[in-house]
Amino acid sequence: MIDWITHLPAIIVVVPLLMAVITALLPARFGWGLALLATAGSALASGIMMADLMTRWAGYRLSYHLGGWAPPWGIEFAVDHATALVVMVVSGLGFVATMSSKSLFMNEISHHDLGRVYGAWLLTFGGLLGLVMTADAFNLFVFFEISSLASVTLVAMGSGYDKRALIAAFNYLVVGAIGATFYVIGVGFCYAMTGTLNMVDLAVRLPEVNDQIPIYIGLAFMVTGVMVKAAIFPMHFWLPPSYGHAPMAVTTLLAAVATKASLYILVRVLMTIFGGIDPLPQLILQWVLIPLSLMAILLGTILAIYERDAKLMLAQSSIAQIGYIVLGFGMGSLAGLQAGFIHIANHAMIKGGMFIGLGGLAMAAAGKTKLDGLAGIGRRMPLTATGFLICGLSLIGLPLTAGFISKLYLVSAVINAGYWQIAAIVLFSSALSVIYLWRLIEVMWFTPSGSGQSRLPEQVMIYVPLWMLALANIWFGISASTITEISYGAAQVLMGGMT
Amino acid sequence: MKNNPVLRVCSKVLFAPIILYGLYVQFHGDYGPGGGFQAGVIIAAAFILYGMIFSLKNLKKVTPPSVVHALMGIGALIYGGVGVVAFLNGGEYLNYNYLAADYAKGQHWGIILVEFGVGLTVASTILGLFMAFAGFEFSDYKQRKRR
Repeated sequence: MIDWITHLPAIIVVVPLLMAVITALLPARFGWGLALLATAGSALASGIMMADLMTRWAGYRLSYHLGGWAPPWGIEFAVDHATALVVMVVSGLGFVATMSSKSLFMNEISHHDLGRVYGAWLLTFGGLLGLVMTADAFNLFVFFEISSLASVTLVAMGSGYDKRALIAAFNYLVVGAIGATFYVIGVGFCYAMTGTLNMVDLAVRLPEVNDQIPIYIGLAFMVTGVMVKAAIFPMHFWLPPSYGHAPMAVTTLLAAVATKASLYILVRVLMTIFGGIDPLPQLILQWVLIPLSLMAILLGTILAIYERDAKLMLAQSSIAQIGYIVLGFGMGSLAGLQAGFIHIANHAMIKGGMFIGLGGLAMAAAGKTKLDGLAGIGRRMPLTATGFLICGLSLIGLPLTAGFISKLYLVSAVINAGYWQIAAIVLFSSALSVIYLWRLIEVMWFTPSGSGQSRLPEQVMIYVPLWMLALANIWFGISASTITEISYGAAQVLMGGMT
Repeated sequence: MKNNPVLRVCSKVLFAPIILYGLYVQFHGDYGPGGGFQAGVIIAAAFILYGMIFSLKNLKKVTPPSVVHALMGIGALIYGGVGVVAFLNGGEYLNYNYLAADYAKGQHWGIILVEFGVGLTVASTILGLFMAFAGFEFSDYKQRKRR
């Protein structure tokens, strides 16, 4: 008899990866159905795993030995509270993005290619899940490559109607490869000094050789590599073009989940692998990540204000939102980590919803996301536009939305750490983000449409997922305890590695 | 190049031994250096040699692109399928011990099947890459765009 609960970590990753191959082999018309099935399966399995984990104490760690080889020799999938939260976010948002993808792909990708596109879609999804779940530093690199190569393919699919997608995809490929190479060089240095690749084992062995220079070089390479992948300022330059020119559904998937997984890896590398070398992670968090995150917050917000294309505007705002998450992590305190994890979950819901909504609106505007083309669309597509607006309000952090909870925990963590100037910057940039959201609202509701006032057809498979996320934003804004408690557990797990 | 007798004869002579050597590397992989990756590349090299001498058109007759594309996926499925069978027999994913009645036999079956899957995928992917690059024509690209 199979004990399903203990096998969940493998099931969550293997189902989408195997389904990706099957999807690519079968005719294109099955693509969406199979992708939906696989993502739903993963999301359901993550839900069960999370529910099981919630009943246990915060330090509990579910360990799965792939191939029956016990760690530190074999590859281990490990799930604790932090992992479970990110896996839940990735698989849940991946499922919602898959729901909306069929309608979004309809105008953008040739029907013949859909089978293989969904193959790459599932590889991205499964790769990201594996990335989060694996407890082996080298295996992590493999999943980095799986997910980023597959997502480069997806970004390049935008070339059917926007040739700039090819350039964006090529930049993404090169930059992503550099990031992954940096990471693997860092792993190489640490492996040379310790002879182990398992993260927990590394955490034990690295402090024993903390007088050796190579491990610090390794740390620098690993952190830089992951920062490129996570699009943290100043390594964010690949993100706006590849989000801006990719097909809308792909942007939804990448914006909602791809950078989140990398951000989680960043904090894992610093806090778990190098957590034992005492002042080091704190120093990097404080002197590298906090200044960079502040630059990202200000720069992303200001660039978003000047952007004339709604899709690029949201992409730029993603840079700022990544900055908020990193700022939370950068505090290096329990409350800061908690705020970071809360914003990982909330920002995934916010940006996922906004891109799905924008995709629905853009379909009516002939696929264009220029601000002028969206004039008056709010009155003509009320269902989609209202869902989009709710997610947008959550983005700026209006009370009663999930975004407010994020900002609340972030600002209180920052103030508790004694950085009131940084809290002022966070609030200032929140105020600035009202400007770009207002530009969208003004165009969508208060500018008369150039092409008639009649209602436009709205796709069911766009507004249903959109409203799922919009309602989730409201739900987690009012009853935030679920996310805040899990995030607290996640923060405790990571701080445990730093004592 | 097919009008050059030296190339024609040499490639005809070499074709079978290259594949044989590929198979040797493939099956040697259980116990020593070798395995699916190397074997796949060697076997693909035989077909690429054939394609270079006797034109891409003839290579596509020998290994139709649709078959090559299917084999890429099937190889990966064999690898993953071994894991699923081990899982359904009650072990961890990819735990070869659970593939057969006794552990030694299970390990044997596991490594052979997994290496076979790897070899299939690598050979067909290399071949697919060659055909894609060799067969790239700007007219194809324009046709795609129109579609």
